[in-house]
Amino acid sequence: MIKAILIFNNHGKPRLSKFYEHYSEDTEQQIIRETFHLVSKRDENVCNFLEGGMLIGGSDYRLIYRHYATLYFVFCVDSSESELGILDLIQVFVETLDKCFENVCELDLIFHVDKVHNILAEMVMGGMVLETNMNEIITQVDSQNKMEKSEQSP
Amino acid sequence: MLLRELIRTIRTARTQAEEREMIQKECAAIRSSFREEDNTYRCRNVAKLLYMHMLGYPAHFGQLECLKLIASQKFTDKRIGYLGAMLLLDERQDVHLLMTNCIKNDLNHSTQYVQGLALCTLGCMGSSEMCRDLAGEVEKLLKTSNSYLRKKAALCAVHVIRKVPELMEMFLPATKNLLSEKNHGVLHTSVVLLTEMCERSPDMLAHFRKLVPQLVRILKNLIMSGYSPEHDVSGISDPFLQVRILRLLRILGKSDDDSSEAMNDILAQVATNTETSKNVGNAILYETVLTIMDIKSESGLRVLAINILGRFLLNNDKNIRYVALTSLLKTVQTDHNAVQRHRSTIVDCLKDLDVSIKRRAMELSFALVNGNNIRGMMKELLYFLDSCDPEFKADCASGVFLAAEKYGTDRQTSLHITPAGSYVRDDSVPNLIQLITNSVEMHAYTVQRLYKALLDDISQQPLVQVASWCTGEYGDLLVSGQCEEEEPIQVTEDEVLDVLEGLLVSNLSTPVTRGYSLTAIMKLSTRFSSVNRIKKVVLIYGSSIDVELQQRAVEYNALFKKYDHMRPALLERMPIMEKTAANGPTEIVQTNGETEANPNPNIAIITIHASNATEADMTDFVFQAAVPKTFQLQLLSPSSNVVPALNQGTVTQVIRVLNPQKVSLSFTNCLTYTLKGSPVQDLAEVNNFPPQSWQ
Repeated sequence: MIKAILIFNNHGKPRLSKFYEHYSEDTEQQIIRETFHLVSKRDENVCNFLEGGMLIGGSDYRLIYRHYATLYFVFCVDSSESELGILDLIQVFVETLDKCFENVCELDLIFHVDKVHNILAEMVMGGMVLETNMNEIITQVDSQNKMEKSEQSP
Repeated sequence: MLLRELIRTIRTARTQAEEREMIQKECAAIRSSFREEDNTYRCRNVAKLLYMHMLGYPAHFGQLECLKLIASQKFTDKRIGYLGAMLLLDERQDVHLLMTNCIKNDLNHSTQYVQGLALCTLGCMGSSEMCRDLAGEVEKLLKTSNSYLRKKAALCAVHVIRKVPELMEMFLPATKNLLSEKNHGVLHTSVVLLTEMCERSPDMLAHFRKLVPQLVRILKNLIMSGYSPEHDVSGISDPFLQVRILRLLRILGKSDDDSSEAMNDILAQVATNTETSKNVGNAILYETVLTIMDIKSESGLRVLAINILGRFLLNNDKNIRYVALTSLLKTVQTDHNAVQRHRSTIVDCLKDLDVSIKRRAMELSFALVNGNNIRGMMKELLYFLDSCDPEFKADCASGVFLAAEKYGTDRQTSLHITPAGSYVRDDSVPNLIQLITNSVEMHAYTVQRLYKALLDDISQQPLVQVASWCTGEYGDLLVSGQCEEEEPIQVTEDEVLDVLEGLLVSNLSTPVTRGYSLTAIMKLSTRFSSVNRIKKVVLIYGSSIDVELQQRAVEYNALFKKYDHMRPALLERMPIMEKTAANGPTEIVQTNGETEANPNPNIAIITIHASNATEADMTDFVFQAAVPKTFQLQLLSPSSNVVPALNQGTVTQVIRVLNPQKVSLSFTNCLTYTLKGSPVQDLAEVNNFPPQSWQ
């Protein structure tokens, strides 16, 4: 199960935070800070897996992260998820964002965080992987966006 | 203002305080807008609220508004409303129950996307009550032909089962033809659902075993089918689905011969045919290996699996090496010999630059140590101990001791322990001393190594303590140059005493260390011939400001003056000690086990040294002791009742025990202290006093 999905930039500012288990607001912010602290220390050429920090659960949980330019994408998962599989999932997520926003950059994530949530909702649900086919995800998201647009016009 | 205007405004803030001010202003505006029950702007306001929530500002006043949005007819409203519900609400708030009706209606909505939103929210944060109410709707949707909804319903069902396990039976009929779906999304989530059901109930597991042939067929199709553009990831057809199916097969095949047999072929096929040049191929291969190891596979297949792991260890990609080490750690218990074959590669990983890999390699190395390879392994592990990061040193040193205790003979044990000694934690000092005492033949070598370490560096307190203790005990061996294992060093009695006296005056020595060195000097009075020098030292410290040292010195002085005839007996070699079991989880008390001479032979004087290795001070520290009726106990006042953090100091306390019947000495102690604001209590029994103390 995926416990949390976090995106933050090189300075630790959160760009997306989705928790699939309940924590209080303070704890959530602490987790973000702690994760940033752990992940930012890592070199560029080490492996993408880290033992989880103290707050987010302890020995069964791992942080799987990828660093793209100015952003860190971090998935906190337990032992029921395949680590290498999650790495691929992050890749699919980023490629989907790239397709939806056309050469996505950090600014897109900053100004359209609700859209990013919508895309993520088509990929991961309740901490479990829902859909991994990029085209399928994009089709669904596009149809829903069309629905929204049609409600706004008149 | 619009969400993006808000974001733009916040980004112009130059300080945290400025940002906070802007947000507070906006929050106030939003709050008044909510009060006015403004439908048009509600959606926008909640979106802004969610953004501020992400930055860490409180947003709970928006919870009810999310509910109003969910109840709206517009899709736009519902979308933000549900998102808000997922981010801001949870089952601990009563508010969430109000959603139940809305979700129920939306689950039956004519638009699939609305149904999708409802399923998504229910699947993310539905409470047990909600799940109970709505399970029927979810079950209905699980049977629909709409693949978009079907896959969401499957995952929602998983959530329902997690919250209300009794409802699992209800979903059983719907699972009948889940696997005949063509749509990969549905297949994927169905496998997740089946996996969840099998993990939770052995009955379900038995029931679903009959699906193994079908799963094998699906997997085969995925591998054998040619290029399929919709599911292709780096040249492999839907690797995510393959990995999921492999995992389910693992659960179904475990401890079941027939199922395992049915999967053997396909596993061998995947293992040999998968391309390993990209991460996706390796992900599948890795999952295959784990499955092979877990089910009742034939031995040829198992060897193939371990060899794949061995190949992974040599891969350039660090991620692959990491997962290989992780899985080898899991299999080392069951397939010990097979893993041993890769020992040299694993040991090489100790030298990797990556912290995560080093940690895994260290754990795996300790698991692989046995009687045959202990010499070689110890060499590597000690080298690692020397060069690794500080965060590893404590664990590694403990591992070395454990391994030495379990597999080393006496000779080897000492050889290994002395270099590792520099990294011990304070609590290991007594253990280390005990190990040294018990390796009788190695005393000369040990004292020589430790003495040399003392000459090099006197800042590492645990090491200095052990070294001075050894020098006191075995100083005669040191001076007479009896070492066999290495070139014996030439050192005179005066030089040794110089070093020990140096410890007494050095700024680097803690009071505990000073105590150790004074006692060591005293012990040498029966082993060396320069007794006068020792007498002088002891005399000087009789007026030391440090109460602990003063007391020791005064008593040693008394030993010289009135009890000189007892001195050799009191200070003779320590006997072999039994393993102690007194160290409780808090690990803060060190009982030296030493006793000092005193006027009344029936009284044993025990000095307690308490040190604190945690990060915060321990305040209100109180030591209490209880003894059997035959004893009388007198506790003198402690030096302090604050034990400073990070071993920056110790609290000493003297206990006098009157033991007229000369019964074996033992007592129960109770420690109470306050750590970081909360009170802690710890009880322990101490009964390993050397016989000289009470006879």
